[in-house]
Amino acid sequence: MVSHLFRRLFPHPLLTLLLVIVWCLLINGLSLGTVVFGLILGTVIPIVTAAYWPDRPRAPRPLLLAEYVLIVLWDIIVANVVVAAIVLFKRNADMRPCWVAIPLDLRSPEAITILAGTITLTPGTVSADVSDKGHALLVHALDAPDPDAVRDEIKQRYERRLKEIFE
Amino acid sequence: MTLETVIEGLVALTIVIGAIFTLVGSYGLVKLDTPMPRLHAPTKAGTLGVGAMLIASILFHFATDGGSLHELLIMAFLFVTAPISAHFVAKVHIHREHTAQELPDPPLDNVWATRDVAPDEDMAGDQVPEPSGGR
Repeated sequence: MVSHLFRRLFPHPLLTLLLVIVWCLLINGLSLGTVVFGLILGTVIPIVTAAYWPDRPRAPRPLLLAEYVLIVLWDIIVANVVVAAIVLFKRNADMRPCWVAIPLDLRSPEAITILAGTITLTPGTVSADVSDKGHALLVHALDAPDPDAVRDEIKQRYERRLKEIFE
Repeated sequence: MTLETVIEGLVALTIVIGAIFTLVGSYGLVKLDTPMPRLHAPTKAGTLGVGAMLIASILFHFATDGGSLHELLIMAFLFVTAPISAHFVAKVHIHREHTAQELPDPPLDNVWATRDVAPDEDMAGDQVPEPSGGR
């Protein structure tokens, strides 16, 4: 009974938590009033928007997700230095830009979206397109002498982890 | 050397790092010569350039007044939205410029989503109309 009521009130508990945190950050202060109003928003918004989440993603595994975020943040820093070095010190004619097609093992749309975002934020790669049924990503690499290595690194480093987190 | 000096130094350092990466990003936009490589420079600068400056802001506010964390929101929104705008620029580019032969075939499906249009709607190879001058 209690758990049933809880599920009716909070159809999406992680979204509720996220909304409370975002609200506190927006107010930029932590007081009882802020948290209570954040909780009100965090209760109302998921209920009102529940219709737009027909099949909600399974809650991600938080520890693995935290590990993934740290890895991506680190890669973004490395990526910036690498891309800056390429931009500053490599002549345009020496660059090997290429398109890479990445077959996907991931199936959930949320995970594929995160993978595409990660690819854009990290070393010299931008995700450009998906295939018509969503089973492959088209990625453009700024300077990749070996396109297969790019594909394997993305599959190994990011996709494998996302699969553990979301599926 | 007091704590204040250390923090001031850190703030200055992060601001300079942010400025350098933003500058390199803008320079890359000028230096690289084809549309797709050009897209790479700003997407990288946007993240670390702005990120470093926001870290400077957080450090400064924790050192001087009560502290402030809503910079984290700017970073979060930026990280969520920057790839999407880059994605749209890339899609427009594929749609207008690239014939299907230049792209690798999708390994599992039939066609890339952007190219999944009827032939008469396919814009690739079309002349971009000259922008009409001022009225």
